[in-house]
Amino acid sequence: MSTDKIMASRRAFLGAMATGGAAAALPMAAPAGAQQVATSASIVILGAGAAGAALANRLSARLDGATITIIDPRQRHLYQPGFTLIAAGLKPASYSVSTTAEWLPSGVRWIEQGAAGIDPESQTVITDGGETVDYDYLILATGLELHYEGIEGMSRDVIGQNGIGSFYAGPDEAAATWREMDRFTETGGRALFTRPATEMKCAGAPLKYTFLTDHYLREKGSRSRSEVIYAAHSNSLFGVPIVHEKLRMLYDDRGFDTVYNHVMTAIDPGAKVATFDTPDGPVEIGFDFTNVIPPMRAPAVIRESGLAWEDRWVGQGWAEVDPYSLRHRRYPNVFAAGDVAGVPKGKTAASVKWQVPVVEDQLVAQIAGDTTDRSYNGYTSCPMITRVGRAMLIEFDYNDNLTPSFPGIIAPLEELWVSWLIKDIALKPTYYAMLRGRA
Amino acid sequence: MENPSFGMFIAVFEEMFGPVLFWLMVTVAAAVTAVYLYVLIRDRAVSWRKFLLAQLSMPVGALAAVVFVWWVTNSGLGDVGGPVDVIVLLGVPALGAVGMAVFVYTVQSLIRGASQDDG
Ligand SMILES: Cc1cc2nc3c(=O)[nH]c(=O)nc-3n(C[C@H](O)[C@H](O)[C@H](O)COP(=O)(O)OP(=O)(O)OC[C@H]3O[C@@H](n4cnc5c(N)ncnc54)[C@H](O)[C@@H]3O)c2cc1C
Repeated sequence: MSTDKIMASRRAFLGAMATGGAAAALPMAAPAGAQQVATSASIVILGAGAAGAALANRLSARLDGATITIIDPRQRHLYQPGFTLIAAGLKPASYSVSTTAEWLPSGVRWIEQGAAGIDPESQTVITDGGETVDYDYLILATGLELHYEGIEGMSRDVIGQNGIGSFYAGPDEAAATWREMDRFTETGGRALFTRPATEMKCAGAPLKYTFLTDHYLREKGSRSRSEVIYAAHSNSLFGVPIVHEKLRMLYDDRGFDTVYNHVMTAIDPGAKVATFDTPDGPVEIGFDFTNVIPPMRAPAVIRESGLAWEDRWVGQGWAEVDPYSLRHRRYPNVFAAGDVAGVPKGKTAASVKWQVPVVEDQLVAQIAGDTTDRSYNGYTSCPMITRVGRAMLIEFDYNDNLTPSFPGIIAPLEELWVSWLIKDIALKPTYYAMLRGRA
Repeated sequence: MENPSFGMFIAVFEEMFGPVLFWLMVTVAAAVTAVYLYVLIRDRAVSWRKFLLAQLSMPVGALAAVVFVWWVTNSGLGDVGGPVDVIVLLGVPALGAVGMAVFVYTVQSLIRGASQDDG
């Protein structure tokens, strides 16, 4: 074998393992850089998170002469899929933290304030600093709001004490959740896991964290003294039927006690008791360790803008967009991408990966006076960690079909080391390449 | 899934290691390859003594590669769950071994030069 071949194959191997693997979880879409369109349009993006930053980069590369403004008060950029690894003691809190500034392209104006109001009739956005920004096209990419107050007795302040964790809240809270889980798994006891009844980002995360806690209980020899309870909000563990069935089997295998149709409504941190709404009335369950995942909804600015669905997801306020074009159903110059989009699936970074090029192409075509049939099929991916060292690479679409990126090679419903490697090493760089508009 | 382009692979690797480290690694890999080719051409033959030592180094490279991957990813032998895992687990040491052999052969050739060659 010649060295050239050796080097080529080494590169190919690393590429296939890491990047190709990540492609499964954050699939590659066509790069920005298709033909530039000249325009003097003013485009405003609300939110500089995963979807907002990626669109700022892609649109500034695609449009020549456009004024692009991005509005976001947050200085820190958070790689949220990393929270799960932080809460499992595998990464430090800093793993998920970068700056918003480093992901924004130079030609884009960043207003470091929150959007406080949107008037889609006069096409203006008002910031919480009182600035009025006019737009020709508006992209909603504000992500979602964690509504901790929706659970009586719960707030961010109680995270990290009394056996209460909540790794959704942020990198520091994820680290605090790990400290509680680490302490709990030393002794064992009753672990209680929940998810909200609202739409939520990364619906697999509560399930993963149940598996991870079980992993440490077994590793530390305290599993036999412990009870692991998973309270599902509906009558299934996961929205995709075939995935639910697989998870049900794994949960049985691990000896978890699953209760269905339990929605957490209150928590008493001192007494370590959670209250659930069930078809049979309120039920109390005590815990030694729990991971609270709060109800989620669109940020107030979206809920109150007149741009939200009124008859679907009532009270949650997701943006009323067409599920395929991601264009607003009543205001054609408004789009949504990421968690705030009111579509039936896909509140994940992997979905953002597929939504962003659709919004880009739809918007650029509209500016050019053209149309495109580029559409989003609901693709979502969830690397379902089943223990430290193994995961299932679950990918699916609007129709609940599995859409494996490597059919016949990486089985979607099999617990694999390779799928763990993808989650552990390749997802974050793929996410960052996406932010830059390069993947 | 749409086909990933070469540019995307590069972009992901740049984010993984940082652009500086990534291109440094590419440069080092290219340099070792170039020097290896250079000594082959210079000596106009494979030196079997050097090749022997290179071969002896292969298990070290193989083991180091596997241990490195396990260490970086908080995993181990017990995590192998399916056929694709076995393939990857065999591929990692294979690459480690070959990489190590090329490296050792090249270093020897540079240090000892062609003169001490046994042919
Ligand atoms: C614990 C956890 C685990 C996850 N695991 C995975 C995973 O394994 N795989 C996966 O693909 N995805 C995962 N996700 C989901 C993924 O992180 C999100 O879906 C993704 O970040 C959504 O991108 P976004 O741009 O919509 O929102 P975000 O990235 O949250 O960005 C929203 C931005 O909008 C800003 N904003 C909010 N309100 C306003 C306002 N009024 N005005 C201006 N700006 C505003 C915010 O400051 C923020 O910067 C996980 C998420 C969590 C929390």
